[in-house]
Amino acid sequence: MSQARNWDEFMEGIWRQNPVFVMVLGMCPTLAVTVSGINALSMGVATTFVLICSCGLVSLLRKLIPKEVRIATYIVIIATFVTVVDYVIQAVSLALYDALGAFIQLIVVNCIILGRAEAHASKTPPAPAMVNALGMGIGFTIGLLALGCVREILGAGTLFGISLFGAGFQPWVVMVLPPGGFFVLGAWLLLFAALERRKQRKLAEVRHV
Amino acid sequence: MSHATDLLPETTPTAAMIRTLGLIAMICGVIIVAAYQGTYAAVQENKRIAVERAVFKVIPRAKSIAEYAVSSAGELKKLGAGEAAPTGSIKFYAGYDEAARLAGIAAEGAAKGYADTVRILFAWDPAAASVTGFGVVAMRETPGIGDKILVDAEFLANFPLEAKPSDDRLVLAHEIRTVKHGSKTNPWEVDAIAGATITSRAIGKAINDTAQTLVPRLAPHLDKLKEKS
Amino acid sequence: MSESVAQIFINALLANNFVLAMFLGLCPFLGVSGKLDTAFPMGVATTFVMLVASLCAYGLNLLLTAFQLEFLRLISYIVIIASAVQLVEMVLKKYSPGLFRALGIYLPLITTNCAVLGVALFQTAREYDFIQSLTFSFGGGAGFTLALVLMASVRERLQLSDVPSVAQGTALSLMLAGILSLAFMGFAGLGS
Repeated sequence: MSQARNWDEFMEGIWRQNPVFVMVLGMCPTLAVTVSGINALSMGVATTFVLICSCGLVSLLRKLIPKEVRIATYIVIIATFVTVVDYVIQAVSLALYDALGAFIQLIVVNCIILGRAEAHASKTPPAPAMVNALGMGIGFTIGLLALGCVREILGAGTLFGISLFGAGFQPWVVMVLPPGGFFVLGAWLLLFAALERRKQRKLAEVRHV
Repeated sequence: MSHATDLLPETTPTAAMIRTLGLIAMICGVIIVAAYQGTYAAVQENKRIAVERAVFKVIPRAKSIAEYAVSSAGELKKLGAGEAAPTGSIKFYAGYDEAARLAGIAAEGAAKGYADTVRILFAWDPAAASVTGFGVVAMRETPGIGDKILVDAEFLANFPLEAKPSDDRLVLAHEIRTVKHGSKTNPWEVDAIAGATITSRAIGKAINDTAQTLVPRLAPHLDKLKEKS
Repeated sequence: MSESVAQIFINALLANNFVLAMFLGLCPFLGVSGKLDTAFPMGVATTFVMLVASLCAYGLNLLLTAFQLEFLRLISYIVIIASAVQLVEMVLKKYSPGLFRALGIYLPLITTNCAVLGVALFQTAREYDFIQSLTFSFGGGAGFTLALVLMASVRERLQLSDVPSVAQGTALSLMLAGILSLAFMGFAGLGS
């Protein structure tokens, strides 16, 4: 297993196939919990943990699992690790557990995890599968943070609970309400589409010259 | 068509499928039980601290708490740590000050607010027969509008709020009601915040719903609760 | 905490709409809301599965509570939902081939729809009784269908208008969803 290949596996999730901005997967937790930076970070870490553990286990057992029952098996494995995360978060901080609410348990149906288990971990040995899962998880966390920070700054005038603008700031409340989630994610996607467009145009110009 | 697929060589035999599923279920079972057992103590401790902190917030003088439940027949029962209240009874917390004297009673209430159910913990002072304050357990009210109930000085001036049992000890002497902003005339009325009437009403209703049954049921037991047992 | 059946229904349908206020079931919402004639069957299929799942989850929860096995709740819910979807698929195929042809392709997708698991989890968390649970899941399903149909109608109209090409695709759908969500916020407080 070469260093370059591992790096490639890792970077795939962070940039080329970013689950939030490129694949637009796992939208439910993405939009629901990103009202603040800290929520976004915790959700990202929890998802990453589930992603790594379940991809590792699926990959270990990949030769054992008959293809007829593979989806059922994956779901059971994922649900196991989500239950583990659920209890760990309760043990670490009840306040955080209340803030994330039912969305910790809803990690089970996050399409990113089932998608990775099915499309990648079931065909790859454990080490690269887990590296890829780590990359995906970090990519997902970055996506959540990008949303959570923007919404917290605009909607509450704070970042990770620290006030940024002083007392005179009138918060843009709608940003921490449900519509704000849609708007901010839409804006990010628009930005990425515009960047992509510019890159394409530059490439085309180079080719012409 | 089904015959053709049945005969395909790569079809896994049922026994193998059951074996694999059994194996995986076992692995998962072990992991879940380990996680549950491993975190149980910490989770219970966290929950206890959270309850304590919430009660201390609404009864500032309290230094220690005891959990009780009072049944519909009016029987008082002390609850152990983590013990659930029997069905039909109301759970409440008795807060005691440094000298182990009763500082106040705290109980939960819930009512439908603007966005979702608002769950609160309120403190009742038996000596003054009034509700002295409340704290929010969970709510999803609009930030900047509904959550003013926690900071609005005029709204907080509603407390102490009269809540004394009626003469026959069946209900409250006066129902706790939320009235329109600026029209509070009696000590048992809650003056709503202008622009956040629905959330204000939820607070009044949440307190009233619990107090209507809890306060009269508690009345005969107050002597027993005076000192920490 | 007792909510009337009508309150639960109105809340699940409008004020706390599953898609636009609680962010449940966004994947199918963004995925199949391109055309009106696929959006509606998808909504109906999901509502149906939600009702079945809610029923199963209610029974299962009674069992789990009786044996004090609450820590197995999540894993058993997801297994029972996956099985329920399969079962619905088989029953439909046998007894109502017409309906199966209309809904068939959507059914497997529903297993990973968070709205279905969401219904099961929320009804447990809120300690709804049997009738309340059924109302909640029906209201939620109807709300999901409503959001899907509205979104599909808007997107069909937009195909005729001149949108800058950068904004086309998911970004535009999200902006639309934001505006719809803003509109649905007006329903808040309806059921109180």
